[in-house]
Amino acid sequence: MLHGYGSSILEGAWLTVNLALTAMALAIVLGLIGATLRLSPIKWLARLGEVYTTLIRGIPDLVLILLIFYGGQDLMNRIAMALGSTDYIDINPFVAGVCTMGFIFGAYLSETFRGAFMAIPKGQIEAGLAYGMGSAQVFWRILVPQMVRFALPGFTNNWLVLTKSTALISVIGLQDMMFKAKSAADATHEPFTFFLAVAGLYLMLTSVSLLVLRFLGRHYSVGIKAAEL
Amino acid sequence: MILDYNLIWENLPLYFGGALITLKVLLISLFFGLVLAIPLALMRVSRSPLINFPAWLYTYVIRGTPMLVQLFLIYFGLAQFEAVRQSVFWPYLSSATFCACMAFAINTSAYSAELLAGSLKSIPYGEIEAAKAMGMSRVTLYRRILLPSALRRVLPQYSNEVLMMMQTTSLASIVTLVDITGAARTVSARYYLPFEAFITAAVFYLVLTFILTRLFKLAERRWLAYLAPRKY
Repeated sequence: MLHGYGSSILEGAWLTVNLALTAMALAIVLGLIGATLRLSPIKWLARLGEVYTTLIRGIPDLVLILLIFYGGQDLMNRIAMALGSTDYIDINPFVAGVCTMGFIFGAYLSETFRGAFMAIPKGQIEAGLAYGMGSAQVFWRILVPQMVRFALPGFTNNWLVLTKSTALISVIGLQDMMFKAKSAADATHEPFTFFLAVAGLYLMLTSVSLLVLRFLGRHYSVGIKAAEL
Repeated sequence: MILDYNLIWENLPLYFGGALITLKVLLISLFFGLVLAIPLALMRVSRSPLINFPAWLYTYVIRGTPMLVQLFLIYFGLAQFEAVRQSVFWPYLSSATFCACMAFAINTSAYSAELLAGSLKSIPYGEIEAAKAMGMSRVTLYRRILLPSALRRVLPQYSNEVLMMMQTTSLASIVTLVDITGAARTVSARYYLPFEAFITAAVFYLVLTFILTRLFKLAERRWLAYLAPRKY
């Protein structure tokens, strides 16, 4: 049915999963930094965090991808030339994809993390400090386990959007499953078949993610009472 | 000077034309998306699985697959079938603008339907009981009480969806439409100024985001005034 392109698309799917996971790891780091900035008592740092989240959320993913991949590459080369370098800098689409996606979803996640952080009663932090824990210990032992629970719904949402957004990276030439499907569709003149297959793979990916994250949600909410309506 | 904005300045009309296309595609897809979303939302709040399940499946599949795949399925995919190419719809289905609007409308209908269904479910039950006590039929209940209230209450979440949709329309540039992103791609390719070209597009989108946010604030003040915190 797929004219022997099945394995090539599966390879692309593997790349898509890798891209999504790596980008998410970067986004979590950036999101934590962004949330810390926004919660910072120092005015200009909080302002910086706000500018980051507002700017990124107001610009389409596709424009940011094109801007960072083509624009960033061109700008780096112009700067390198101005500095007297003759080497041409070439950005790898995978790296560009990870950076762009990480950068975009870092902004969304910083909002999620900020909300989760603010949902934890301040007394718990004070209690931790009173017990003689350092601020790192308070962060890892008291804040993180509870933040996971508060952040999971927002995180799930962001993860799903990120997974789906990876399809856009094919536009800058990364050979993910979308790219592979497009090549196969052009070669066989059966675009519907191949894009439907990709749609199915994405649906599988999002469904599995939902199941895993729902399980995690239950795990981190152990001992939490919810009122029955 | 590392950056060169003279050429961008000369090509601003192209960007403004692009902004018009972006807005046109956005308005058309939002309109048809909402028209489709209302019956879908009503199906989603139904207790009968026979009515609920098809709508659930529709929103699940649409929300679980990337917009780009949906767009490609409609724009490139449908041409695979001889029957489609022979049909009377072919002149429409071979147009990029039509396909983009259709794909976006289908996409936003799924998201809006879920938002609207959530809003319908969150209506205070007292309102429904009062309507029933007044002797309203189901149809009247939906027409006079449930839908007007749900459509108002959904406004804050729907404004988010509209902003997301505005950003999504940038995908239209991949199927040859010259919207804001398309204008940037044209300028970038013609003069090889990718950085300046896409930064300009980003500024256009930011301005549009800002305007839309303000419009929704005004709409909320108009239609959700009764839910706003009291001002002294």
